Amino acid sequence: MSEWWTYRLTSFLLFSPRTYYRLIELYNVAIWPAQLAGIAIGLAILGLLIGKRRHRERIIAGLLAVCWLWIALAFHYQRYAQINWAATGFAVAFGCEALLLVVVGVLANRLAFQTATGGVAWIATSIIAVAVVGYPLLAALTGRPWMTAEIFGVAADPTAIASVAVLALVRGRIRWLLLIMPVLWCAMAAATLWAMGAPEGWVVLAAGLLALCPALPGPRRDAMNASQR
Amino acid sequence: MPSRRRALRMLAAAGACAVLRPATGLAQSRTVLTRPIPSSGEALPVVGLGSWITFNVGDDPVARDACTDVMRHFVAAGGRMIDSSPMYASSQDVIGDGLHKAALTERIFSADKVWTSSGARGREQIERSRQKWQVRRFDLVQVHNLLAWQEHLPTLFAMKAAGQVRYVGITTSEGRRHRDIEQLMRSQSIDFVQVTYNPVDREVEERILPLARDRGIAVIVNRPFRQGALLRALARQPLPPWAADIDCASWAQIVLKFIVSNPAVTCAIPATSNVAHVRENMNAAYGRMPDAALRLRIVAATERA
Repeated sequence: MSEWWTYRLTSFLLFSPRTYYRLIELYNVAIWPAQLAGIAIGLAILGLLIGKRRHRERIIAGLLAVCWLWIALAFHYQRYAQINWAATGFAVAFGCEALLLVVVGVLANRLAFQTATGGVAWIATSIIAVAVVGYPLLAALTGRPWMTAEIFGVAADPTAIASVAVLALVRGRIRWLLLIMPVLWCAMAAATLWAMGAPEGWVVLAAGLLALCPALPGPRRDAMNASQR
Repeated sequence: MPSRRRALRMLAAAGACAVLRPATGLAQSRTVLTRPIPSSGEALPVVGLGSWITFNVGDDPVARDACTDVMRHFVAAGGRMIDSSPMYASSQDVIGDGLHKAALTERIFSADKVWTSSGARGREQIERSRQKWQVRRFDLVQVHNLLAWQEHLPTLFAMKAAGQVRYVGITTSEGRRHRDIEQLMRSQSIDFVQVTYNPVDREVEERILPLARDRGIAVIVNRPFRQGALLRALARQPLPPWAADIDCASWAQIVLKFIVSNPAVTCAIPATSNVAHVRENMNAAYGRMPDAALRLRIVAATERA
């Protein structure tokens, strides 16, 4: 790209905010009542993280994979690609994340969660709860119609935020592999929303960064929790 | 940004003869103002229609109908040139769909672009774009942002020779790669050049617009309102009394008349998805135009905004 310094964030925005939220609205109408399944999956993941059910790692990975694959196909490929030619690439990336979750988490059973306690537990569960229950409220809070609400499991932004929160609790280096796509999407979503002048951009960025905290180097958290799997 | 003194010097150099119609003493005419395409003499209305962002509405039937209405009012008001690009996502589909529904395909001047880094894929992309527009052939195909112009220009010239396109052009925006644009204007037999120009972004007045006149190249002006930012800034000040002297009822019309009153400009292409706005924009293609003194006042007003 020549004279790259002359480009601004808005130079890359292909659509108006009205078109974007209208796309979400039409998507929500078309997939109803899949949103209920998305919220149920989100609450189930929250419950599984708090509880100690057997095979919870496999179940959580499988549930997240379903959400990422759904968004890849039903949102990015079928809808978002209408107004953003890059969305076909997003669909591939979301599909890869789904595949990774299935291979690493379900088939190889390589996920092991930290036993979240104290601040770490509070951050992780709060972010997931916000992504599942709170994020849809942003539509009304920012003056948009309810039908433009973005819901965990079927909308990319809250799903990526909650995925960062969940995957940041995974022990070992494997978590970074799984975190690449959700973190990149939070950054991409924040940039898009800023370019649209939407305040939700700050919410996505703040939630994404906060959700990442449990994955950051701490006082030998992995070692402390190594025997608790 | 050029200073007012510099702007005055440039305008003086252009001379009073550069102005289309002096603001004083002329009654408003309801004949749409046109400019000839230098390479053919074909007359084009000086206000066209862009589609960046505004026509990228996907499959939304309500928004598509609104875009069709915009094109219907645009043509009814005397407009002809509609400009798009494969880069604008669904815009080409929306234009083609709307033109077909409103039976306007034969009445417009279709201006599109080739936008791929692969020279080999240029023809294929232009054909895909043509199918989306649902036109027999494009009137004008431009190399978008000079991307791979070395490969695309020979293709476009060959297509023009074969009667598959009528005119060939190159584009840039927001002041990028002006040196390359100038070089191509001197070395290639292009019919059109597309640049950004408005009362704030006037860099093209110095070299590109005079060169276009010298070389007989038609000029399309994009981003006349800086994607709306200029009008939002101007809205903070009341419409000046002299707006009536050039038959303007809004800042949008003042800005458009500033642009198209430059004799090198062939057509400005404001983008909108709003019927009221397209009618307002098209009204700028009618009536009296600013003279050199009034153009300076427009520059001064925009610099205050």
